[in-house]
Amino acid sequence: MRIEVDIRKTLRSSGREFALNVAFTCDDECGVIFGPSGAGKSLTLRAIAGLETPDYGRIAVAGKVLFDSSSGINVPARERAVAYLFQDYALFPHLSVEQNIAFGVRNWWQFRTHVAIRRRVEDLLDLFELRGLGRAHPWQLSGGQKQRVALARALIRRPDVLLLDEPFAALDPLLRDRMRDELLKTRAAFTVPMLAITHDPEDVSALAQTLVLLEQGNVASVVDLKGPPYRDAEGRASERAVRGLLGRVAGQEPVASKPPIRAVK
Amino acid sequence: MSSQEVLIPLFLTLKVAGWATLGATVAGVIVAFAIARLRFPGREILDAMMTLPMVMPPTVLGYYLLVLVGRRGPIGAWLESTLGITLVFTWQGAAIAAAVVAFPLVYKGARAAFEGVERQFEQAARVLGKSETAVFVQVTLPLAWRGILAGTMLAFARAMGEFGATLMVAGSLPGKTQTLSIAVYEAVQAGRDDVANFLVVVTSVVCISILLASGRLLRPPVQA
Repeated sequence: MRIEVDIRKTLRSSGREFALNVAFTCDDECGVIFGPSGAGKSLTLRAIAGLETPDYGRIAVAGKVLFDSSSGINVPARERAVAYLFQDYALFPHLSVEQNIAFGVRNWWQFRTHVAIRRRVEDLLDLFELRGLGRAHPWQLSGGQKQRVALARALIRRPDVLLLDEPFAALDPLLRDRMRDELLKTRAAFTVPMLAITHDPEDVSALAQTLVLLEQGNVASVVDLKGPPYRDAEGRASERAVRGLLGRVAGQEPVASKPPIRAVK
Repeated sequence: MSSQEVLIPLFLTLKVAGWATLGATVAGVIVAFAIARLRFPGREILDAMMTLPMVMPPTVLGYYLLVLVGRRGPIGAWLESTLGITLVFTWQGAAIAAAVVAFPLVYKGARAAFEGVERQFEQAARVLGKSETAVFVQVTLPLAWRGILAGTMLAFARAMGEFGATLMVAGSLPGKTQTLSIAVYEAVQAGRDDVANFLVVVTSVVCISILLASGRLLRPPVQA
């Protein structure tokens, strides 16, 4: 699956100006955009989802052109077949877990939910270990449960691509490793390609096959992380190599490693 | 004092205030949504105009309405010639006057409610394939309904107590346009204190109940 992005957008607010000029192609199942905050990661992801309109350029996902300024194409967000996982999940607070999951496949004028939809929701509740929580409301859920509901809600529509906005930033550090594993399993089970943005080096080593490094609105480099030195023959990521890469390309001091939690385990 | 002297103005008041609230709510929600969500030139001026009925003397509003919907006014003349409707000195005229006076309460409440809805929920709905209508019906409105309903209840209370504009447009015809507040005035003028006392108590009870109910609605739900 291929994601092609080549966009420009200039934002102005109260005298300050930010220019986004991003071009990359991702052919792998797991792409990660890495960069410090303010590098334009969110803007890029939102443009792919159709939540922001670039000034110029072209966006294509899975062979479908979603945006092309030269031919005036701008597919509205609702028709893009793109799933978006918001950083704090944006679960609808007035709806139950079941209603949240069914939201994207149910019409508002239909009072009763179709049997087929109910069955799909049940299956997803099982798959995401949410059995028994169907009637609960978002404020009653833990962080990990919220993320699972948000994933189920996004995937029920069988999207072409799953976009993730800082997927683990809202979670407890201890929970992050587990949710990363879960996400990889989910991705494989649904065979859905994904593109995540993050500023956490651990997300890069855990998820990335293609890495896009973003710096001040520009692509610093696009790196293939599938082979050595970043991954050994068994496909395990080398965190040292990844950290070294992130530090070097970002032109900063190497990203500090986080000893305490790992050491305890 | 006969029960008719209280019941007739009471039911008339409820009818007038009910229709006025309905009209003010529909218009107030539409205008509030447009001003909260759209960016267009003259937005601030429109906002000020929509709030104006709250600060202007009701008699001035009533005068404007008379100029517009009176028999020789542009709207009134058209209504009479094409549909054969006269609004002046009718309960429908009273309802329009009350609607105009009550409108800012719905508008203000609905605008604050719409602005309090996080845009992210609407964006999440769009990415999940929802049309703008569906986003409004399934997300924006359910998340804003408390504020809108509280504004609506205040508007109903205000419409029930309307005096000045109603008197200007609809006059004080017993059984036809004489609402509670006007009946109180007439009773005091006629020296009938027993009628006035009773009318005052009825009006107070209804208004206090509405305020208590809307206060409950505005309080956020308890979330453990």
